[in-house]
Amino acid sequence: MKIVEIENLTVEYQGILALDRVSFSVESKDFLGIIGPNGAGKTTLFSCMLGLLNNYKGEIRFFGTNIRKSKQYLQQIGYVPQKPIFEKNFPSTISEVVGMGLTKNLRKDQIDEVLQKVWLHELSHRRIGDLSGGQQQRVFIAKALVNDPQILILDEPVTGIDSQSKELFYQILRDLNQKENITIIWSSHDLDAVAKLASKVACLNRTLFFHGISEGFFHNEDLLKMYSESSMQMHMHHHED
Amino acid sequence: MVFEILSYGFMHRALISGIAIALMCSVVGLFLVLRRYSLFGDALAHAAFGGVAAGLFLGIYPTWVALGVSVSSALGLTKIRQKFQISGDATVAILLSSGLAMGVVLISISGGFTVDIFSFLFGSILLVSLENTILILGLAGSILIIILLLYRQLVYTTFNEEQAKVSGIPVEKLNYLLVTIAAITVVSSMQLVGILLISSLIVIPNVTAMIFSRGFKQTAILSMIFAVFSVVTGILTSYTFNIAPGGMIVLISIIILSISLGIKSSGLIKNKTIISSMKQV
Repeated sequence: MKIVEIENLTVEYQGILALDRVSFSVESKDFLGIIGPNGAGKTTLFSCMLGLLNNYKGEIRFFGTNIRKSKQYLQQIGYVPQKPIFEKNFPSTISEVVGMGLTKNLRKDQIDEVLQKVWLHELSHRRIGDLSGGQQQRVFIAKALVNDPQILILDEPVTGIDSQSKELFYQILRDLNQKENITIIWSSHDLDAVAKLASKVACLNRTLFFHGISEGFFHNEDLLKMYSESSMQMHMHHHED
Repeated sequence: MVFEILSYGFMHRALISGIAIALMCSVVGLFLVLRRYSLFGDALAHAAFGGVAAGLFLGIYPTWVALGVSVSSALGLTKIRQKFQISGDATVAILLSSGLAMGVVLISISGGFTVDIFSFLFGSILLVSLENTILILGLAGSILIIILLLYRQLVYTTFNEEQAKVSGIPVEKLNYLLVTIAAITVVSSMQLVGILLISSLIVIPNVTAMIFSRGFKQTAILSMIFAVFSVVTGILTSYTFNIAPGGMIVLISIIILSISLGIKSSGLIKNKTIISSMKQV
């Protein structure tokens, strides 16, 4: 069952196309890895999907409804940003931060339950600013999960995190997808991790030049070569800018 | 001595208003401090100064004019900031200097500083009339109820605006509400604490509370305790020694902060975050 449908999504910033006629769909229980170099439009795509950016052309539907018509779909989505910006001294415990994600009345057992899923229940009374980057990202996964969402959207969630924490993070994502049947849409430029975890891949570089099952991309030499050339061009373009 | 002081009617009014102001400033201040808006209260107070001067110049009740000027400046600048992406500190500087400029021009036209203006600048116990006390109690009560009702949304928006938006919280409307509440808080507090010192009551008790607490509610409660203690002892000492209350209240809150820092540096409490908290002030 298709739960996300994106049709001809086009975003233009000051005359430059950030996304050009991007179309793809996500089915229930998919683990979709969105890959692409820096500046490929991954964050722009997510901003449109989450209703943070509205000046786009095309159509985005969640659960069959155009997101311009209703924001109800957001209640079924958990979102983990790239590196959440918050005041380092923010006086909130981990439990309080996770509780912020609750749309209904706060229930302590719900918070404890999600903290267990990310292996942080023993630290629930620590201040958020006192945790490591990897632990903080796990808190944000817990926060995203607290309303039992159907879809989890993660925007390069392991940027700047050590490799050991990354492995733990990936393990949690795998469990959420396979054991809890949560659909995951995850952007990354770590091709190895995407190859290991994702069931489907969308390859984005302002336009979408591949969308399909993971093996279809990673076992296709031509596609991989095209991806690395396109990434290189983008990299050089950034340097020229 | 204390019993004698407490027998005066004006002192009852000053203490009741002072406690209401302390509760209001500390709670509203916590949201401002954590948004790196510590000096916003100061800027609003300077806008209020322009309003007070305009009120005295036009012969209209100065507090109402100050309230109008502060609220409209806060809302206007928030709109300008969002539309033209001007940074927060530049917004504060614009608001601060324009309020002061308006006040200075009007005072010059009307022939110089008067006792009334000095009382508004530095605070006065005698300025707090029965009508003022009722007004302050009403405003403080309303503000605290609004914050209590919107507590979760306000905390979430303060923590991370983008994530709050994704959760469906109307972040922009809440931002307008918060600056309006901050403007009302500043104007209702200025007669007792003084325009020049009001921002300290917004910032210092919160920074002190953050030394000891881990959670948000804990910080808010501690901050209220520190603010109420500073205001009550400040008013009592200022009357005893005939000193402007605003200065005493701020000095006492600075003493509490210094003692807290001393306790912290002695290693009696563990909290790594204090040094960067101090940088905000």
